[in-house]
Amino acid sequence: MRRSLLFLPGNNPNMLINAGYLGSDAVIFDLEDAVSPAEKDAARILVRNTMRYMQLDCEKIVRINSVDTAYWKADIDAILPEKPSLLLLPKASSPEDVIQVASYMDEVEEKLGYANGSVGIMPLIETALGVENAYAIAVSSSRVKALFLGAEDLTADIQCKRTKEGREIEYARTRLVVAARAAGVDVYDTPFTDVNDDEGIVVDAKLAKSFGFTGKASISPRHVEVINSVFSPTLAEIKYAYDVIEAIETAKKQGKGAISLNGKMIDAPIVARAERTIAMAEALGIERRDDCE
Amino acid sequence: MKIIKQASAGTMESSDAYVEIEPRDNGLDIHIESVVEQQFGEKIEATVREVLAEFDLNDAEVRIVDRGALECVIRARVETAIQRGGGEV
Repeated sequence: MRRSLLFLPGNNPNMLINAGYLGSDAVIFDLEDAVSPAEKDAARILVRNTMRYMQLDCEKIVRINSVDTAYWKADIDAILPEKPSLLLLPKASSPEDVIQVASYMDEVEEKLGYANGSVGIMPLIETALGVENAYAIAVSSSRVKALFLGAEDLTADIQCKRTKEGREIEYARTRLVVAARAAGVDVYDTPFTDVNDDEGIVVDAKLAKSFGFTGKASISPRHVEVINSVFSPTLAEIKYAYDVIEAIETAKKQGKGAISLNGKMIDAPIVARAERTIAMAEALGIERRDDCE
Repeated sequence: MKIIKQASAGTMESSDAYVEIEPRDNGLDIHIESVVEQQFGEKIEATVREVLAEFDLNDAEVRIVDRGALECVIRARVETAIQRGGGEV
């Protein structure tokens, strides 16, 4: 389960050592934008050590540097041995970007004696070309487990102003969600960057969920609780999910082909959604309650 | 490896450590300044010596200003300073 993904600057020990206490489902140790060129080496070693020596109760993802820099291979050399779940690959604009990284990861995994594909890739789509190539990127390698929208760089690339309302990224959001779902992978929304706007993050997270995103990134621990709440199933959704499964089982016992609940037909996608909701509720320890609508 | 030039790593910020390393001819000379020197000074020095040993470094002057860094942070900063100041013999 990955509702919230919190970026932590890779060369800031004060933030890194608290990674497990900030409430996010996943942390993204950032070796890219949060680290100046002169400190890339220091951040790489610090993140590696944090992952190696600290017991962190959350999923660990690392944003490496993009393939158009001199840093990305050294990032992989340092980080892959620590087995992050995913590498976040910035400025992924074409399938070739992903294939190049995946191929190098193959080499490093072989040297380490790790199973091939043990670490996944999450392409960060933040260029106009990347948006247009989203599906091709999503299916470019079996390592791709999710797509990730980066709106700040994207709006600069498409030459428009980034706003809190986000109308300028509606197309990209829709495109990424559809591409990811078509490829059978998860998809994560861009951070809401005004860390002091407590109402804005609620609106933006709800908007992202309505588009179909799996979860949302954050650059501030202050936003984590809101994101977790928005991307968790509601009690009413959980009740409905259990009702769906019960209706299916009852219909099967009665030998009925067509199944309805509250006058609406239930088909395979609704059952699949109900199963996902129940799995998430169980993972969160939320019990079914029948007194909610 | 041998330290061939002066180098530093880390910062003076809370939870970090600032490490300076310099070439030296006769053995290791380690200076530690820490807010927790009384309790952890020996442990910090042992950590520094461990990292130096990992790089087979027997001659160097190392100065550390510790701002309450965890061991993994001290290790990282010492290693970074070594990488920056070191070269193969």
